[in-house]
Amino acid sequence: MDKVLTARDLRVEFGLPGGRTARAVDGVDLDVAPGEIVALAGESGCGKTTLARTLLGLERATGGEVAFGGTPLGRSTKALKAFRRHVQLVLQDPSGALNPRHTVYDAVAEGLRIHGITDDEPGRVADALARAGLRPPERFFLAYPHELSGGQRQRVVIAGALVLEPSILVADEPVASLDASVRGEILSLLLRLKEDAGLGALVITHDLGLAWSIADRIAIMYLGRIVEQGPVEQVLTDPQHPYTRALVSVLPDSPVAEPIVLAGELPDASKIPGGCRFRPRCQEVASGSALAVLGQCEGEDPVLGSGAHAVACHLVHARMAA
Amino acid sequence: MTLLEFRDVHVTYTGSRGRIPAVRGVDLKVEAGKVLGIAGESGCGKSTLAMAVLRLLPKSAEVSGEILLDGEDLLQMGWGRLRAVRWTGASIVFQGAMHSLNAVQRIGRQVAEPMLVHDKTLSAAKAAKKAEGLLERVGLPATRLRSYPHELSGGQRQRVMIAMALACDPDLIIADEATTALDVMVQAQVLQLISGLVTERGVGLVMISHDLSVLSSVCDTAAVMYAGRVVEQGPAHEVFAQARHPYSAALGAAFPVIGDPAARLKPGGLAGDPPDPARLPEGCSFRPRCAVAVERCGKESPELLQIEGPRLSACFVAQEGEPVVSG
Amino acid sequence: MTTSTPTSPRALAWARRRQSFARSWAAYRAQRTGMIGLVLLGAIVILAICTPVIIDESALSVTQATGGRMAPPSAEFPLGTDEVGRSILALTLWGSRLSLLIGLTATVVAIVIGTAVGVTSGHVGGWYGWFALRISDWFMVLPSLVVAIALLAVLGRSMGTTILVIALVSWSGTTRLVRAQTLTVQNRPYLERARALGAGHWHQMTKHILPNVLPLVLASATLLVPSAILMESSLAWLGLGDPNVVSWGSILNRASDNGAVSAHAWWYLLPPGLAILLVVLAFMMCGRALEAVFNPRLRGEPA
Repeated sequence: MDKVLTARDLRVEFGLPGGRTARAVDGVDLDVAPGEIVALAGESGCGKTTLARTLLGLERATGGEVAFGGTPLGRSTKALKAFRRHVQLVLQDPSGALNPRHTVYDAVAEGLRIHGITDDEPGRVADALARAGLRPPERFFLAYPHELSGGQRQRVVIAGALVLEPSILVADEPVASLDASVRGEILSLLLRLKEDAGLGALVITHDLGLAWSIADRIAIMYLGRIVEQGPVEQVLTDPQHPYTRALVSVLPDSPVAEPIVLAGELPDASKIPGGCRFRPRCQEVASGSALAVLGQCEGEDPVLGSGAHAVACHLVHARMAA
Repeated sequence: MTLLEFRDVHVTYTGSRGRIPAVRGVDLKVEAGKVLGIAGESGCGKSTLAMAVLRLLPKSAEVSGEILLDGEDLLQMGWGRLRAVRWTGASIVFQGAMHSLNAVQRIGRQVAEPMLVHDKTLSAAKAAKKAEGLLERVGLPATRLRSYPHELSGGQRQRVMIAMALACDPDLIIADEATTALDVMVQAQVLQLISGLVTERGVGLVMISHDLSVLSSVCDTAAVMYAGRVVEQGPAHEVFAQARHPYSAALGAAFPVIGDPAARLKPGGLAGDPPDPARLPEGCSFRPRCAVAVERCGKESPELLQIEGPRLSACFVAQEGEPVVSG
Repeated sequence: MTTSTPTSPRALAWARRRQSFARSWAAYRAQRTGMIGLVLLGAIVILAICTPVIIDESALSVTQATGGRMAPPSAEFPLGTDEVGRSILALTLWGSRLSLLIGLTATVVAIVIGTAVGVTSGHVGGWYGWFALRISDWFMVLPSLVVAIALLAVLGRSMGTTILVIALVSWSGTTRLVRAQTLTVQNRPYLERARALGAGHWHQMTKHILPNVLPLVLASATLLVPSAILMESSLAWLGLGDPNVVSWGSILNRASDNGAVSAHAWWYLLPPGLAILLVVLAFMMCGRALEAVFNPRLRGEPA
């Protein structure tokens, strides 16, 4: 339990021109422990990338807290630096994440140099590259990013994170910009790192299939809040929240028989509807099957219950109570 | 009725690195009212093939073979005839709608423009009326005609692109990764819209994507391309569910079916990277990444042959009737 | 850092650096004007360095002058003499040393100030960035020659103040350029990655932003040298140079003061004038070529 990355009632707000406020992250509780892969899924604009950046201390929370191993994340440069040895980032686009003027060696050694780790630098770099699947590592030391393929570049980015021996990786769409046949290799690498080295990972994705391939737990995010969370098998094969059901239903050969194509799009984070934020698009509300709880849907924000498989929906809560 | 037919199409780019074959002999057919899916990764030649239909390739590209639209060879057409065919005969929806729309023009004008260009007798008011109708067809309120592209979301822009492609009532639509950048839910909306158009208007549709699972749910026929060639072809759902080429199998595995225990915690994929088209390996171009390759694969390049019913495969192993997935 | 491997990463990194330098050099060599400028510049610099060997410093002494007053070119004085009988050739050659020295030093000072302000204002932004930008704007719109004259009048005439004054009036252009490039690099994901690794501002600026800004700075510096030389010549010609040393501008100043124009003593005016022209041209040619090497868009490659 000591090296768990936690978010408690985390909120991030941005001021917009015209005095409006966008609530990008709006009260999120999340845990990522070493040895487990948690998928954070949702549509673009739901706040998942902001959440990830806040968990890494790259964005300031306007409410709630991020903690690692029970210690709240401080704001001083020194505290953040210590925190970053434990929690590392893997970005979506490996081509942009590597400085074109740095060799692979420099890119991987960067973390060591920042943290003043000077003993056996080449050995540590070689070890990180080998663990990221670039073998023999020495062959890649002096390559420039443009000489590598997309998959190799992403491995370099992962090696650059691994060199600090973190407990948790935060990966933002780690394979979205890679060719389909190369994706599997990178995902297998994350799985292997979890199994062999006990690494924990928070994988941010819009692709539920990816969650099925590698994640242990999944959190579905809608408009700045987690609406359903639980073990991947349960959430994806038996989704409870109407939004999750709709997301799963439009996939090919979906476990939800009838495809539910939601009308409209994700509202703006500055115009979050009152009551349940999903209500205006909710298929249960539209079909009238939520009539019994409609008053609650309009009046109060549903809470994500505790428990292994938690859902933030009044209708589901009412059904469970019945 | 065959709407579009590729006959032995080759496209070669000439650049600083010499002659690079992008498409190496493709034969495909699209029927009216049917959807053909072309799957493959970046650099496999699928987008080059799409651009070749409307002769949108750069000058450095050399195209040979025949591309027949309604029996007429597009490659032999004069420029005047070709202009008429663009939009009215066939139109393309590209990926990345933000860059294909003019940022400083209102949506209404951009949708009406192709109509006015192709039909000189049409009045501006009638074109605007028609544009309104088109926007409603793709599920956007008519008020959106007054908007600028930056005021729309990605999904809305992609719909505008589809509306523009429909403006001149084309018989054939080519959608090149038209839904790739969209979220699952918006993608589902757009796919629903596109499939509706095919059944209700009888247009022919070519859908190009790297996502075999999307193609399997929308297309009638699927063709999988690798290194400039079609390596497998057949009914879309069968190609996805039971591949007869190791590459299609790997591509399919990259998009697992949720609930499939075989895919749980076992991400599928291939070792290695797609080949450099300037330096293709000898024999079968997939051999260096293939887990089931036999000796023959290193020497000869397999032809796309019928293996049973409507299924075609360019794999010696599949042609022998052996399974293409090891283990 | 020590490594047991025979090919240490550091040595190999140097090899790679040499390789990329060779690539840039090949691109530079392909440009004819750049090569002409480089050869010209090389010749001028070698000449300037070797001057003390060729001509003794005593040739500059007013009291030891041997020639006639403003004598036209002859076998003894190939470029004629000045009003006290010194060789114009000797003056021009010795003057090149000072003109180049002041031009280069002032440029280095201007570039250092400009780059430092540009990178920090682009990277840190906020209140400081706004303030730094306003200051550089202010310097940019001031008429540089007028400011230089005013400053020299206040600070007194010496080589050091000349360099400082030229640097002060020319750093703001570099700031603009560097700031724009910094803002572009600033948004690249690799800076986000560096921040996530725990990098502070210093690391981000020196390891990521500077290397991406420097090639541009180098190209612009080459274009700044000739303007600094011109500025020095203008100031010296106006009589604001260091009275104890000889530069091209001060030769021209003495020539006009002593009526070289009305005396039709072209040999007094042309050598320093042409020397200035030649150096400015050589630097311009090199600068344009460097710009083209580091900014491929200018190379005019076919689309």
